[in-house]
Amino acid sequence: MRALFSFIVVIALVAIVFVGVKGANLEFLFGVIIPYAALATFIIGFIYRVVKWGRSPVPFHIPTTCGQQKTLPWIKDSKIENPSTTAGVIARMALEVLVFRSLFRNLKTDLREGPRLAYGSDKWLWLAGLAFHWSFLIIAFRHLRFFMQDVPVVVQWVEGLDSFLQIGAPLLYITDVIIITAVTYLFLRRVYIPQVRYISLAADYFPLFLILGIAISGVLMRYFIKVHVVGVKELAMGLVSFNPTIPEGIGVIFYIHLFLICVLFAYFPFSKLMHMGGVFLSPTRNLANNSRMVRHVNPWNYPVKVHTYEEYEEEFREKMKMAGLPVEKE
Amino acid sequence: MELKNILSAKRTAVLKKWFDVILESYPPNTAEFLRTQKDPFANPVGHTIFEGMEGIFDELLEGVDSHKASVFLDNIIRVRAIQDFTPSQAVLFVFLLKKVIEEEVGEELRKEGLSEELTLLNSRIDKLALLAFDIYMKCREKLYELRAKELENRTFRLLKKANLVYEIQEQEAESRN
Amino acid sequence: MAKGTPKPDELSRIDYTPPQKEWMDTPVKLKPGMYCWGAKAKNLQAVGFPNARDWTPADEDWKLPENWEWTVLEGIYDRLKKYRSFQLFLDICVRCGACADKCHFYIGSGDPKNMPVLRAELLRSVYRRHFTFGGKLLGRIAGARKLTLDVLKEWWYYFFQCTECRRCSVFCPYGIDQAEITMMGRELLNLLGLNIDWIQGPVANCYKKGNHLGLEPHTIMSNIEFMLDDIESITGIRIEPSFNRKGAEILFVTPSGDLFADPGTYTCMGYLMLFHELGLDYTWSTYASEGGNFGFFTTNEMAKRLNAKIYAEAKRLGVKWILGGECGHMWRVVHQYMDTWNGPADFLEEPVSPITGTKFENAKTTKMVHIAEFTADLIRHGKLNLDPSRNDHLKVTFHDSCNTSRGMGIFEEPRYIIKNVCNNFYEMPENTIREKTFCCGSGSGLNAGENMELRMRGGLPRANAVKYVHEKYGVNMLANICAIDRAALSTLMDYWVPGVGVTGVHELVANALVMKGEKKRTTNLRGEPLPGVEEEEEEGKEEKEEQGG
Ligand code: SF4
Ligand code: SF4
Repeated sequence: MRALFSFIVVIALVAIVFVGVKGANLEFLFGVIIPYAALATFIIGFIYRVVKWGRSPVPFHIPTTCGQQKTLPWIKDSKIENPSTTAGVIARMALEVLVFRSLFRNLKTDLREGPRLAYGSDKWLWLAGLAFHWSFLIIAFRHLRFFMQDVPVVVQWVEGLDSFLQIGAPLLYITDVIIITAVTYLFLRRVYIPQVRYISLAADYFPLFLILGIAISGVLMRYFIKVHVVGVKELAMGLVSFNPTIPEGIGVIFYIHLFLICVLFAYFPFSKLMHMGGVFLSPTRNLANNSRMVRHVNPWNYPVKVHTYEEYEEEFREKMKMAGLPVEKE
Repeated sequence: MELKNILSAKRTAVLKKWFDVILESYPPNTAEFLRTQKDPFANPVGHTIFEGMEGIFDELLEGVDSHKASVFLDNIIRVRAIQDFTPSQAVLFVFLLKKVIEEEVGEELRKEGLSEELTLLNSRIDKLALLAFDIYMKCREKLYELRAKELENRTFRLLKKANLVYEIQEQEAESRN
Repeated sequence: MAKGTPKPDELSRIDYTPPQKEWMDTPVKLKPGMYCWGAKAKNLQAVGFPNARDWTPADEDWKLPENWEWTVLEGIYDRLKKYRSFQLFLDICVRCGACADKCHFYIGSGDPKNMPVLRAELLRSVYRRHFTFGGKLLGRIAGARKLTLDVLKEWWYYFFQCTECRRCSVFCPYGIDQAEITMMGRELLNLLGLNIDWIQGPVANCYKKGNHLGLEPHTIMSNIEFMLDDIESITGIRIEPSFNRKGAEILFVTPSGDLFADPGTYTCMGYLMLFHELGLDYTWSTYASEGGNFGFFTTNEMAKRLNAKIYAEAKRLGVKWILGGECGHMWRVVHQYMDTWNGPADFLEEPVSPITGTKFENAKTTKMVHIAEFTADLIRHGKLNLDPSRNDHLKVTFHDSCNTSRGMGIFEEPRYIIKNVCNNFYEMPENTIREKTFCCGSGSGLNAGENMELRMRGGLPRANAVKYVHEKYGVNMLANICAIDRAALSTLMDYWVPGVGVTGVHELVANALVMKGEKKRTTNLRGEPLPGVEEEEEEGKEEKEEQGG
């Protein structure tokens, strides 16, 4: 149900552009106004969310420690899994962000005795997650060539690497294949693993369909329904130089691609996709485990009512004296 | 013994089906977890149940030794005794074996003219079921016993010496409403 | 019950599959054995908590204050502003499910709402509905729902089925810690006077009397007196510890469970013997006689109010630093919260072991040292005369307590100690120890009697791993560094793995410790004959005696 709802929404989005561009000639709306609006929403929204997080303080020092703490000099501490220094924290965060260290932990459950085979479905989540995020990044990076007059060498290298298989013309990008496979897997996983299906919301399916839509429209455009590439570049350059133009005859598939991307951008700050920014702020990961070495200050710490020793002695003085305990007041 | 051979040949199929029907007593998403997570330490429930089933099945072929069968039954029932099952649900899995055997090999047995042996088998399962009830009751009693014992450990011999037991028991009685 | 034997075809008609509806459509049903009694009026009053009244969870009417919804929503708003963890964890979960099967309660019960992610969604759904644009607009399709009485009851039921063990947080790619959300959830419930008495009772006791059980000063002393008697009859040495003594070098604080509950008492005897042997200049306190902190399971403020006593007492007595006994949540609090709440402890000095001269640099501002750190250092410097063969009848494994594992990271110290005082040590399987350790199932104040089923379920994954080493290596003793473990694991073993005893690490130390001027020991602290002694009497019987615990 929830998946279907999200699917229909994405299809509707596609239909809107199609009708808009084909029927109503709204190229300027879809090619200029919406991209600007989406980008503005993304930037403002993203900053707003991060600032909002940043504004609520971290009152306590609560890293989740996943290794030996630093104590006595002859005990080897786990410098990354339980960092006690900033460098350790940076390493931990880097592993977390770049290779999804915590998800990888699931792998270990394969270790066992006995004849039964390892199942290890969890490693697929890690692998698919990694494949998806990295290919997304590489694809986004490749797209820079549309936004720059002279394509930087790095971008060319990445393109070269990405298409090193040298299949087809135009050359097939490996990341195109990977991202579609990975997203499909992530979707199927949501539907087929009952536990995950049980917890999934429409908001979990929607971005998957959206990204799948973006990837598919992109692939169609590159390999099958050819668009006017020079025109696309012209449009893109117009956008970045704040001098928007709408070249003729780009093809509706491009507008579909662009619009879905715009929706993704605009939707981003309102959704769970914000985990991209949030992961850096997570207090269970980005703090060093040094709370007994360095005092952590809670900005809203306030005095509380306590039961003082005086009150305690007041109540028990006689008993304490009888038991031979020293007292402050005789 | 023909029956034994036929059943042995179908061991895997029967066990698998039996496991499946047992898992149906859990919510579907849980059942899937119990079925697919093969690491015995990440999935003690599924693992324990399956191991117990294997033992019971083999026992059944050999002719149910109460003592040995109890161990296997105990493993499973100990788990089910602390999950959301009524007593009858908790031991239902034993009866389900009849259903599974009937479905898997019933016809074959009748064709081979072994229905008498099938009856024998069924009566063995009944015996297991009775054992299962006893074990279930024992597990539940154990839970009550543990509550009492914890209380005793808490009051501790030192407090007893100090004649403070009374105070503590009173407190405890109160907190039980 | 007396059902006879239904025919196979009858059985196939029995519908035993629970209907699978979406979780929001499955209203909560409180099942006996799974929850604890409600907090009593007098215990709520004792610390000034709101809505103090006697109530019964099983009743329809929970006697909530008027406008309780508003109180809760305001409470959420407040906490979003105060805790980044709360705000962030509500926002960024992607429901990937990596945490889903990592919770011992889910593993043991199969109740989907025990999946950490779903436990969080219980609260997150309300947050969406009342605090986010999408949730307000789209409602259910965005996973949002209104705060209703049913929802509140569901919170209560499931937030008291989480032991705040943080295992889920280890596996989450964003470090989302359900323990953090449970804490917030419990704070919200406390705004309405909805706690359990098993927590609230100790909190009230601790506030007034200094410890969870409500032991008064003279009772604490006489309890320890009894232990001293036992120690004397076993070792021939009379120990004379001091209480509330000004000018001592070290203040010793340990959970009060060790003072009165078996088998924690043996651990406590261990401390006494060790300190005596070292000639340590230390004192006990009757005012700060609780290291544990059940306030931590109510609200942050309450935890701080209870914790304040430790520094206050250290200051009053003029000690140099503080030594802490074996306890789980006590160390989470000491390690990650105490200094922030009640510091800076500038009236204390940086801890230095008076025996070895080691500076405990890792505790330089909090000025409190874990006894396992302290003892490991002693052993390393050869300051203890140990005879591990006295523990030869034991095959020991070590249970890492959740709090000291995932909220501190003390793994090697206790293992180092155990290996020096015992000859037989075996680890449980890799994914059930250290940072991936399984909870005892009774943490965060859930170690009551009335929720025994819940505890046995939650403890199953732990017990299952113990069972494995019990069967494989003949392990018969489960060591740990936590007072709640000592009580809860004993019960757990009794149900799941009979034949395995439970011990604190310092009980093992004391049994192996050869004290100056002691008489020849014939029994261990529990009064059971020592391995060698037994052999002299009856050869070959020791196999059976192993089950002693
Ligand atoms: S692992 Fe983290 S992100 Fe994934 S479902 Fe659990 S809490 Fe959410
Ligand atoms: S903190 Fe522990 S008990 Fe709570 S949800 Fe996470 S794994 Fe379960």
